[in-house]
Parts: sequence; C-alpha cells; structure tokens
Amino acid sequence: AFEETPMLVAVLTYVGYGVLTLFGYLRDFMRQWKIEKCQNATEREEQKDFVPLYQDFENFYTRNLYMRIRDSWNRPICSVPGAKVDMMERVSHDYNWTFTYTGRVIKDIINMGSYNYLGFAQNAGTCQEAAAKVLSQYGAGVCSTRQEMGNLDKHEELEKLVARFLGVESAMAYGMGFATNSMNIPALVGKGCLILSDELNHASLVLGARLSGATIRIFKHNNMQSLEKLLKDAIVHGQPRTRRPWKKILILVEGIYSMEGSIVRLPEVIALKKKYKSYLYLDEAHSIGALGPSGRGVVDYFGLNPEDVDIMMGTFTKSFGAAGGYIGGKKELIDYLRTYSHSAVYATSMSPPVVEQIITSVKCIMGEDGTTVGKARVQQLAENTRYFRRRLKEMGFIIYGNEDSPVVPLMLYMPAKIGAFGREMLKRNIGVVVVGFPATPIIESRARFCLSAAHTKEMLDRALKEIDEVGDLLQLKYSRHRLVPILDRPFDETTYEETED
Amino acid sequence: MAAAGMGQQWVLVEMVQAFYEAPAYHLILEGILILWIIRLLFSKTYKLQERSDLTPKEKEELIEEWQPEPLVPPVPKDHPALNYNIVSGPPTHIITVNGKECINFASFNFLGLLDNEKVKTAAQASLKKYGVGTCGPRGFYGTFDVHLELEERLAKFMRTEEAILYSYGFATIASAIPAYSKRGDIVFVDEAACFAIQKGLQASRSNIKLFKHNDMADLERLLKEQETEDQKNPRKARVTRRFIVVEGLYMNTGDICPLPELIKLKYKYKVRIFLEESLSFGVLGEHGRGITEHFGINIDDIDLISANMENSLASIGGFCCGRSFIIDHQRLSGQGYCFSASLPPLLAAAAIEALNIMEDNPDIFQTLRAKCERIHKALQGISGLKVVGESFSPALHLQLEESCGSRENDVKLLKRVVDYCMNSGIALTQACYLEKEEKCLPPPSIRVVITVEQTEQELDKAASLIKEAAQSVLN
Repeated sequence: AFEETPMLVAVLTYVGYGVLTLFGYLRDFMRQWKIEKCQNATEREEQKDFVPLYQDFENFYTRNLYMRIRDSWNRPICSVPGAKVDMMERVSHDYNWTFTYTGRVIKDIINMGSYNYLGFAQNAGTCQEAAAKVLSQYGAGVCSTRQEMGNLDKHEELEKLVARFLGVESAMAYGMGFATNSMNIPALVGKGCLILSDELNHASLVLGARLSGATIRIFKHNNMQSLEKLLKDAIVHGQPRTRRPWKKILILVEGIYSMEGSIVRLPEVIALKKKYKSYLYLDEAHSIGALGPSGRGVVDYFGLNPEDVDIMMGTFTKSFGAAGGYIGGKKELIDYLRTYSHSAVYATSMSPPVVEQIITSVKCIMGEDGTTVGKARVQQLAENTRYFRRRLKEMGFIIYGNEDSPVVPLMLYMPAKIGAFGREMLKRNIGVVVVGFPATPIIESRARFCLSAAHTKEMLDRALKEIDEVGDLLQLKYSRHRLVPILDRPFDETTYEETED
Repeated sequence: MAAAGMGQQWVLVEMVQAFYEAPAYHLILEGILILWIIRLLFSKTYKLQERSDLTPKEKEELIEEWQPEPLVPPVPKDHPALNYNIVSGPPTHIITVNGKECINFASFNFLGLLDNEKVKTAAQASLKKYGVGTCGPRGFYGTFDVHLELEERLAKFMRTEEAILYSYGFATIASAIPAYSKRGDIVFVDEAACFAIQKGLQASRSNIKLFKHNDMADLERLLKEQETEDQKNPRKARVTRRFIVVEGLYMNTGDICPLPELIKLKYKYKVRIFLEESLSFGVLGEHGRGITEHFGINIDDIDLISANMENSLASIGGFCCGRSFIIDHQRLSGQGYCFSASLPPLLAAAAIEALNIMEDNPDIFQTLRAKCERIHKALQGISGLKVVGESFSPALHLQLEESCGSRENDVKLLKRVVDYCMNSGIALTQACYLEKEEKCLPPPSIRVVITVEQTEQELDKAASLIKEAAQSVLN
C-alpha cells in the first residue's frame, strides 16, 4: 500500500484539470471561428468530403493539454544513452506546435530516464568490440524469417545461453520485446481459456491477451485476495453462460511494474497457481538483470525455483543494452513456440550484432567472461537503489514502489507541475522522465527515475541536490511521514530498516 | 415581507388555476405516475436469486476435480517446422546451410545490400558512437539524431511530408491499422493480404470485408452494398470511416495490385487507401520508390504507405510515410511506436547508407528486373510445378500443378524437391504459414527469391536444377 494522495492536493489537481479543460474549449471555439490560427495539419482539399479521420473529441486532450508540455517528451539525444548523455537543444517559438533545432548540443546531462539498469549501454569495451566483429562478419540485417532461412548459428548460441542464465530447460529469442508478448500469448491460449491479468499490465500484454480471443478478467494491482477470488469463481462457475469448465487459466503478471515501481508478490502468486492448477506468465521486462543477488530477475530475488514459473518472458532492451525479447520455459513449451509462434513464421529474426551484444553482456553478468564486472554492477545497482530511495523519502517526497526496485516514481499530481518539473530539471542539466495521463491515472502524474549501475555516488548526490531544490521551488514535498535522516554512514545491512511495502 | 407573501400567494393562485385548466388526460396520467412512485417506494427490493447455492465444501470439491489442459499440446519430433535450417555465417549470396555451401535463393536480400562494405562501415561508425541499444522508447530519451535523419531521408525519398520509424517490420502495419481504424469502422481488404495485416485488422476490432484477390469488380460490389447500407442510416454513415488495405506486391502470390483502378474507386466511394509496400519498396519504379512510381500515381493520393526495411534495405524495422496530417497521429497512438524501444542506431545508420546507395545507383532496379524476367522465363514449362507471380516480381512461388490430395503430402513432396536442390548447391525454402491462423491459406509452395548479386549462370543453373529436381521427385 502506497501513501495516499493528500486530500488538498487531489482537489487542487482536479481544479487544475478543470481550468485546463475550460481553456481548451475556449481555444477550440476560437480556432473554429478563425479568431485564432489553427496550427494543426489538415486534410487535403480533395478529400474534405470524406468521413473525417479523427473525431474532434479524441484529440481534445492532445491539442489542448499534451501540446502545452510536449517538450518534456521525445527529447532527441546524440550520444550513447549511458549515465551521462548529450542532448540536442530545441526551441519552439509557437508554444510547442513546431520545434527548431538550434544546432547546439547540451553536454553531459545526467541521464535518469533511460532504462540502463546495469550500465551496458556503452560504446567501448568488450561488448562493443564483440558486436563490431560480428557486424563486420555477418552484416546488419538478416532478410528472412526464423523458419525459412533466417536461423543463424548465433541465434542458437544465444538461446542456449539465455536458457542457462535463467535456469530453465530451453529458451527462444525474438526481435522485439513488445512483439514477444503480442505474438506469443495468442499462440498459447485461445477461445475457451481464461486470462487473469493485473490491473496495471503493460500495453503489450493487454494487446496479446486481446488478440488471443480468450476471456480476460482483471484483478486489483498486486492484490492476492482479488486474484484468489477470481480463481475460485472461475473454477467453480466455469465459463460465463455455458458453464463448461475452462480449458486453461493463465495468470499474467510483471516482475517490476514500470509505472509504479512495485515488485510482484511472487511467492504468493506461485502458491495460488499451484493450489488452483493454473499457469503463470511472468513478464520480467524491467526486473531481469536488475533484481536479485546475481541479477537473474525476480525469481532470484525471492530465491524461488525458476521451474515454478511456467512461462518466463523478458526483454533485452533494459538491462542488456540491446533490443529484443525472449521466452524461457520447459522444452515442450519452447518446441511448441518454435513451430507455432507468429514471430517465428512471419517476422524477421534478430540482427547479428545485437545478438552478440546480448551474448557478451549475459556472459558478463554470469561471470563467465572471467571478470567480476557483472557481479559488481549488480551490487552497485542495488546500493544505488537503496541510497537514492532513502534520500528521497527523507526529503519528504511521496515515492511509490518497492524498496528494492530501481524504478523510482516521484509523485507530482498537478498537471502544471509535470511540465515545470521536466523543464526545471533540464535547466539544471538533469534529464528526467515525466508521465501523465493516459499512462497513469489522471490525478497521479509522476516523474520516474531509472537508476543505473553506471551512476556514481557523485552523480546521485548532484541529482538529489537538484531534486531537493526543485522540490522546494515547486512545493512537491507532500509526504506526511518524515523519516529521520540518517547520517551518512557506510552501507551496512544493519542501518537499513525494513519498511512494510 | 408582505410583498414576498403576496408574490407566493400569487404563484399559488396561478398553480390552482392551471390545475383547473389542464386537460383531463393530463391529470389522470400524472395521478397514475404519482401512485406508481408511491408503490415503488414501499415495495420490497428485488433480490437476484443467489448465484450459486453451493456450499463451501462443494466448491472445494469442484476445485479439486478440475483438470486444466496441458499448457501446450505436444509437438511431434518430426514436425517439419520444428527443425530449422541452421545457417553458419552471414546469410549473403553464398550461404552455408546445415554445413553445405549453396547459392542463396531464399533470403529477401533483393539489392544485395546485406554484404555491402559501405553499409557495414556506416553501421560500425554508429556502433562506435552510440553502442548497440537505445534503452528506451521514443518518448523517453530513445530518440536519436539518426532516427530523425532516417525519417527525414525516407520522407524525402518517397516524396511525402513525413515518415515514422518502427523497430520491427511486422509491428509496422500491425500498429498502423489499429491507430486509425476502430470498432465500428469498415475495412475492405484483399484476401491474399499477409499475416501482419491480418493481425493489425484483428487488433483494430473493425468490420472486415474481404474481396477476392485483385478482383476490382468484387470490391466494387462490396462498396456498392455498403453504399446502400449507408443510405438506410445516414447519421451512422457520416461517422464510419472506411479503408481499403492492399499490398503493392503481394508476398503470398507475387502479383501486383491494380492501383489506378483503386484510386478511381477511392474517389468514387470516398474510402481511404492504406498501401503495404514491403516487397515493392526498392524494387518497383524507376528509382525504387515502389508501386506509385511504377504506375506514375501522385503519392498524395495514397493516404498511408507502410513498408518494412528488412527486404531491399537489408536492415531491421519498418516505416510508414504519408502526409503529416496522417502520420503525426501515430506518434501518440501507434502501439508499436509508443510502447516499444526504438530501433538500435546501428541499424538506422545501415538503412541510411543503403538509402544512399539506392539513390546513387538507380540502375540496379533495372538489373534486378531483367534478372527476374530471365528466371521467370526459364522456370516456365517445368512439368509438375507452375510459377506463380509477375514476371518482374523478385519473390516467386512454385506451386504444384496438381495437388496429391492432402496439404501434408504436398508439403512433404515439395520438401523433397527443396532437399534435392539444397544438396546440389542451391538454397531454397518453402513458404511457411501458420495453417490454423491464416484467413485464406495459400497452397504450399517453394519460394524463389532473386537478387542483383546472382549472375546469369547461377540463374540458369538454378532453373535447370529445379527442372531436374521436379523430374526426379514428381515423376
């Protein structure tokens, strides 16, 4: 349970949105009556009598609220997305309708927005050298699907390695993490099956569930009583009208939820799954590499057996500095996916240099390359996480999420503060990610920090100082639980208090 | 106070007067309504019958007894799709498949750019500057200057206003369609559309109307039917969007869509056209701009062109191009764009360099077309196999002239032909489909892909080898 929104803040947020909506209507009215120039792109003259492509109301939010703070997103960068990044400066002279690039590059912005948990986004070092060698040998593309002529020996090597890393029998890799979910869930479940999906699941899981044609029921976020109730009801009552028993029940959860920073209650979910004989699909997009004493994800974090999870899915984009996704599990499952997955039949296989990057980074994390760099990074990430979260809580911000998750959402609530926070932090050379509606509930907009093993303590301290300043400036310190700040002692398990999630 | 009292009294008098002057039925109706409200207020609340009269013990028993199906049905070990061909080394012109060296007639490397040194150098430079991954979606520090440059270059090359980049070819059209077409809209799509289009249509939840492959008369019939429907309900028709989705060069049949007729139908019935140009981008047209250049059509007449960069450009990913009015919408509502990491910069740099090469050497398209014509002619007249596809299409299908009864046996027979060719040094593959999921499953076939790197001797050798294989296997 996270700290609740203070009542005053909630009211003010609603008021803020109300004012913005009113102004939105006013501006739309002025645009319609040509008092104000319309800067939207418009339909062609020859097609003016076609059915309009967009309904005016659909784009109301985009035109009137999103446009005002559009400069917080899609910021173009021009260097490797490591701990520090260079950004291309862009200005807008017409209130964000168009941008022009001044040509100047803002250098050395502390990057708290990229998903670079273990710091493998590097343009030098063993990973990059190996990828360069493979690039010159194999080329960049593949031009064929896995089942036709696109199955390279590199792919086989990668899959064996991933299976060993996860501790499962077999694994299969795909070119895009989003597509891994949306193309494999339909291959596993179909009509007559039941999918129980968490409230806050990612769009790819939702799309995959919808495309499969199975019935979808949603349980409250991380709430085991809600899940148990749904399971009981499903088995006892069967399918909605025919009362036939369900063919299969699949539970969809994520390791770390990217907007909340919460970690799934895996031991309880596994206990429920065993009791009610259902199957578990675990999406470890953010948690693989980032959690656990040896970086093997949320299963490792809780010390459970990877064979208890039927389908372990994850992506290579976040902790491994590459692109793509994988699914791991028993051999029958992977054989079935090799034959019937949409991606294996119709989509191009992964690019060889990307595959090599994953192979090298996985070997590094496992320690098989002969160094302890991997282990050191995993530990550094854990320390950074605990330190950063502790300091932010001490300052008085409302922070969501589990104590050990490297995704740190800081609540902003009010729409104006979303834009203000992003811009103020950029002025101080810190790049942050702010999210609002529709990715989050309408009053719970937040700034999300993604910590990395590449962040040194100095960078974190500097970032914390700036966040403190901006927090005072924008009055963001809503928290009513003030933690007593501990003096800067060296890291020690005994100084860390257990706070209940 | 007196004035207020007078005012109130006055209003009361008005009311009583109105009461006397009201017609009888009005008073009776109001009386009935008031009596009904009083009855509802005092009647018992209606309770739904208890859903289950099961005791907790019975529930426990049901839970104990229920057995789910196994997660996946077992796959037989000799299933043809389970044993992949393993390619050792790069899948270029000379390819090593399962240990044997062959000439590659199976990878969609039409312009031979997979192995091009300039492309590799550009990708290496990008790798040195940016590393491999982008570590974020486009909205959150995942937009690199290479992405912006590639989008600009693609838009300029295709002569449209804007282009948008996706990191996966399959996801391009599968995210573009649901961004515009929602529940209640109508989409007319060709029967032979590829699987990615089918998934996009399924995700959009719109009404799908299939028309026979390349049959404009059938499409016009469907459009006329829709018109008569509209006249019955003009209000609904004013907000129902309509789209036609076609491919430039169809992957499943190798032929071309009659675009000029489609444009005429577009303006006559007011439907928008989405064109999928994965096979025709970089192949058709004088400069490789695709089917619009081939037919000489104004590119603004097509609402959206979507293509993947995995064929002619020998990279990974896809793009959509068109007018800003249309493309800009995908930046917030294209699922594969907003919720997925962006394309690795080295692949974007490889695509930019490939585009440079395409622009600098416009004669490779002519060369490719000549080679296609040559092999198309050479493959005619093979007993037992027929060639399916246009003469200038670089991806042909060889289907059995007569099927031997079941699809399984056809597939086995074609596999023997493919194996014969592979053993003699020509790498071919069968076209793979998901048999249960396709809407209109094409017949089993062998895919023959022509690239500019194949010499004339190799083309002739391939044709004669296929003839030989057909002779020995099918007779």
